[in-house]
Formats: sequence, C-alpha cells, structure tokens
Amino acid sequence: MNRAKEMRRIGGFALLIVLALCLFVLNLMLGSGSLRGIVLFDVLSGRNPDPMLHRILFDIRLPRAVAAFLLGGALSVSGFLLQSFFRNPIAGPFVLGISSGAKLTVALLMIAVSQNQYSASASGMVAAAFAGSLIAMGAVLLLSGKVQNMAQLIIAGVMIGYICNAVTELVITFADESNIVNLHNWSRGSFSSIGRTALFPIVCIVTVSLIGSVLLAKPISAYQLGESYAQNAGVNLKLLRAGMILLSSLLSACVTAFAGPISFVGIAVPHLVKALFGTARPLIIIPASFLGGAVFCTACDMLARMLFAPTELSVSTVTAVFGAPIVIQIMLHRNAEKRGGHNG
Amino acid sequence: MAEHVLKTESLAAGYGKQIVADGLTFRIRRGEILALIGPNGAGKSTVLKTIAAQLPAISGKIAICGMPAAEISRSQLAQKMSVLLTERLRTERMSCLDVAATGRYPYTGIFGVLSEQDWNTVRHAMQLTGCEQLADADFSQISDGQRQCVMLARAIAQEPEILLLDEPTSFLDISHKMQIMSMIRKLAREQQIGVIVSLHELELAQKYADQVLCIHNGKAERCGPPETIFDGDYIASLYGMQDGRFLPAFGTVEPQANRDAPQVFVIGGGGSGIPVYRRLQRADIPFAAGILHENDVEYPIAKALASVVIAARAFEPIAQDTLSDAITIMQACRDVLCLPESFGTMNQANAELRKLAESGGKLRTIEQILPPDPFS
Repeated sequence: MNRAKEMRRIGGFALLIVLALCLFVLNLMLGSGSLRGIVLFDVLSGRNPDPMLHRILFDIRLPRAVAAFLLGGALSVSGFLLQSFFRNPIAGPFVLGISSGAKLTVALLMIAVSQNQYSASASGMVAAAFAGSLIAMGAVLLLSGKVQNMAQLIIAGVMIGYICNAVTELVITFADESNIVNLHNWSRGSFSSIGRTALFPIVCIVTVSLIGSVLLAKPISAYQLGESYAQNAGVNLKLLRAGMILLSSLLSACVTAFAGPISFVGIAVPHLVKALFGTARPLIIIPASFLGGAVFCTACDMLARMLFAPTELSVSTVTAVFGAPIVIQIMLHRNAEKRGGHNG
Repeated sequence: MAEHVLKTESLAAGYGKQIVADGLTFRIRRGEILALIGPNGAGKSTVLKTIAAQLPAISGKIAICGMPAAEISRSQLAQKMSVLLTERLRTERMSCLDVAATGRYPYTGIFGVLSEQDWNTVRHAMQLTGCEQLADADFSQISDGQRQCVMLARAIAQEPEILLLDEPTSFLDISHKMQIMSMIRKLAREQQIGVIVSLHELELAQKYADQVLCIHNGKAERCGPPETIFDGDYIASLYGMQDGRFLPAFGTVEPQANRDAPQVFVIGGGGSGIPVYRRLQRADIPFAAGILHENDVEYPIAKALASVVIAARAFEPIAQDTLSDAITIMQACRDVLCLPESFGTMNQANAELRKLAESGGKLRTIEQILPPDPFS
C-alpha cells in the first residue's frame, strides 16, 4: 500500500471524527438558552442538578443532536448504496422518491391512529415508512428496467416523489385540524419533534443497517465494475441486490419516520467524501459517508435552529441550499468527462 | 490434475429456452487457445457467458478441470476462471492498480482487504502484461489499448486455469491488436492457462489460435486447427460473404472482382502486379492477369481480383497452349501492362507476350490507363 494514500485515509477519518465531535458538542451548547461548555459538562456528568437544565439537555437537545447525527449518517449511507446499485452518482433516497413514499405511508398511519385517539408507536412509524420506501423503490426499479440513461431514471424518481407528495398533501388537507400542526412540521423535514423515546429504535436500526452495509462493502466493490465482472468474481448478484435495496430502504425509512424527508444529503455527502478520500472503495466510503453525513446534518440542523431564531427553518431547506449545488456540479462534471474523455 | 481444463459436450447456449448456439463440443488443454469465430450475432458472447456460468446451459455438459460445472460453487469457479468482456468499465476514482487488484476478490476475506502477498500477485500480473508503469494512473484516463492490458492483468491476477476473452481486440489499432494477442499467447503458454477468445479478426484467429470453433446458423459448425478451418471457400460461406473472398494463404480478405470481359491485360509476376491489380480493382476495370505460375506470390491475389487468370503449373516452363490462350485473351483487350523488367527461363512466354503487345501498339503504362491518383 501506498504511504501517501494511507496518510490521506487516516487524515480524512481523523478530520471527520474531530468535526463530528465538535459539532455535536456545539449543537448541545447552542440554542435559545446557550450553555457554556463547563455548564454543559456539569449537567451531563450530573454535578449540576438544575432540573430546568436537565430537561433542556436530556429531553430536548440531546435526543435531537443524537438523531441529527445518526440520521444524517443513515441518509448518506443510504445514498451511497443507491448510487452503487444504480451506478448513478445522483441517485439518492430523496431524488428517487423513496423518502416521499415513506412520508406518504407515515402520514397515512399518523392520521389513521390519531382519528382513533391513539398515537403511533415509534416502531409502527418505522414499519410504515419501510413499507412506503419499498413501494416507491419497487416503482423505481420497475421503471429503471425501462429507461436507458441515468437522467431518465432520476426524472422517473422525481415524478414518483411528486405523486407521493401530492397524495400526502391531499391526505393532510382532509385530516383533522389538530393533527395538522404536527404533521406539517414533520412533512417538511425536521429533527425538532424527536424525543427520547425515539432514540432507542433509531440507534438500533442505524447500527444494524450500518454493520450490514459494511459487510456488503466487499461485494459492492466487485459490483462497481459491472454485473458480469461481479458475477465472475463469485458474487451472488441476487443476494447483493436484495441486500442493497433492503438496507438503503431501511435507512431512509428510519430517517423519514422520525425526521421527515431530508433532501440531497444522500447525494452530496458520498460525493464529497469520495473527493476527500480520493477513492470510491466501499469499505472506506461507507463508514466515511456515515461520519460525513453526521457532520453535514448536525451542521445543517444547527443552522436551521440558529439562523433565524426563534423561528426555525426546516432542516431540508438548509440541506438543499448546500446539497443541490453539489448535485449540479456532479452533473456538469459528468458532462465534461463525456465530451473530453474516451480518446482511444 | 486433469489435462483438459475445459470440456464441453453437446452444449446448447442461449437465453431462457431460446437456443442461440447448439452442439458445442470441444476441449481445451492447459496453455491452449481456442478461438470462437462466426458472423455478428452468431452467439459467440452467449457461448462465453454460458461457460462463465452467467447464463445457465440449456442442455449438454460443461466440465471444468475435470469437475462438472454444476458441482462447482461460485467462489470456487471464481478461482478457476476469469473473464475479459467487451463492456466498457466506467470506474470512479480507481487507479489501474485498483482495477487489476479486483482480480484478487475471490481470494480475500470478508472485508475484501488484500494481503501483502495479494498485492505482489497483482503487481506481478501487471508486469506480465506490461502495464506496471500505469499502476497509479486513473483507469478512466488511459487509452483503449492500455485498458485492455490492465484488464488482462486483472484477469491474470485472478490466477485462473481458464481465461475467457470476449473480443479483446475490438477498438484497438493494428499494433495493439498484435500486442494483446501475442501477450495472450505468451500468458497461455507460460502460465499454462486454457484460453477461449472470441474474435472478429480472422487473420488473428488464424495466426494465434490452436483451435478454431466456428459458430454459424445456431450451431457449432466446425471445430479444428486453423489449417483445416481457413481452407478453401469455407470462410466465405461461414460469413455469407457476397462482396469479397478470404485468402487463406495470407489471412486477408479481398473485395469482389469485376468479372466482366477483361479490358486490360496485365503481365505480372513475382509480386510486381499486386499494386496494379488493386488500382484496377478500385477503378472497377475488369482485367486479365497472366501468365502466372501457380506458386507465384501474386497468384492468389490475381485469382481474387482478376476477371481472368492465365496460369501455368508450378515449377514448369509455360506450355505452348497456355501461351496461345494468353495471346487470344490479350488480343481481345484494349490495353496491355507489362510489369517485370526482365524475364527468366521459366517465363519466356511472358517476354513473347510483351513483344506482341508492343508491336500491336497496345503496351501502356498504368498512368496512361488510369489518371494519376488524385489523392497522392
């Protein structure tokens, strides 16, 4: 192994870990009542028994920060899996309509249970979101067999997203007044409503899916060369494909169930991480995307909370501002490559 | 170890139940190259995919290193067989070393991390295919010829017993075609790998293959050493050639001759006539060629391009009636070209033809018949 490459990898991971930790702590400190570092440390370690601070930290900020961290990572890994699956650098759960599919089923579930005076359990929400993700994914897969190029695939995904969003809007319009406030916030993408109870399922699902994704890193690396070469390397294509679909759907379902649809993270982060590490090797990019997504979403959530405080932006607004230009840049870059490259 | 690395018996390859090529029976020894030839769409790639277990065999048997293919697991197969396909790789941030290293996949553990020994195997494979200096270059930035070398290194790094190559020479210029084929032969012989290669270039199949399998009309039509395949008019019928013919002696194709009554008589010999035949053929002027000994280097080309060839038996002086035939044909022609400067004992008849043409005022130079080539 090349020494320079090794240094770049170590440096890249070190940078991401330091950034993630700093932003995470900053996210706990900042807010309508800022906590100084010392105070934060005292409350966390239990030396400051102020019940008010306790509530702010343990019931509001900590769950939200943890969720932004884990769900950001989940989105990026989901994006990377989808990009590898479709061999398309601008595939992601949001543009392919998978988030919107999950959003639709979750909205249906929320309205259904609230009309019966219940509230949906966290696992129920995840299950609904997973079902919605898989349905949208199924539609994309059906269409992907029929379309030729990557642009068409994305357009098909965006259309599926529009259809799901339209149905969701319709459902929300006819829902009870009392449900709307909650639904509305969530349906635009926000970490604000995530409480302590949601953390357990989030941690479980994200951890399991992340481990699953890392275990797929080897076959994915073979799949990057194309199906035939993967087959020649001894990869079980059916299993690999199913694994990639299930894991990416589960990850994005988990995000949508708790934070609503969040745009462009799944595309922008893997792209930036590949540039940072100078490789597309799944064994490196999957954990690096997770860290990168955590950094990206933690930062975006902080901006969403702080920029126009006390008014809060939806986190999807902030991620779109940073993510969409990166998508445009990828497309321009690909076009330039097509024109310039392949000179025999 | 079994002598035959690959054996097939009445194998039928195709998609679903649709048979594309049937009756494939062949065996490949270590170090041997089998070339698959046949017209476009005959099913060469389908046969390769079936052997590579990417398509299920419709019927028949495949045995790999003496074991029935059905009993070999995916990962075992990956350690025995590597492929080089026609599809273009679209890599992302991969150096050539990374691409070649993917050949080690079947030998690595759960995370696919290469050991020091694996890296050495990869580097050695790159040396064998002469692309070690490309190790750090981005695979998407190199030329087609270099790509094939790297892909060949990948295939070799997989340490296969059988190597399947689907048209490895397409898209390459003539020198790279030769380079890749020579490399394949060297690798087959030195690494004792059995090779199946599908080829469009007949001249390469003829010159590099130990066996040639011809696929035509949905079946394996012929299989044997190139000498028996590239013989007579079989190649023309294999490819349904209408507009030309294949010359086995040279392994080249020549376009269709104009078989109308000859207008020009060319006295050639020793290869001097070849460029003139080609110019007349391009200008679509029917011509006669003679008198040529059947062992003359230009005889097969004259046969392919001339409307009439007056031939003499090899190693014999030209017979009198052959000369009189030639005179009759020459006199029916408008112009005569004489290319040899001098004549030897065996072709004195040609000297007489020349004298006759001169006295008849028909002797011309090629420039007089054809205006100077506007392109030269």
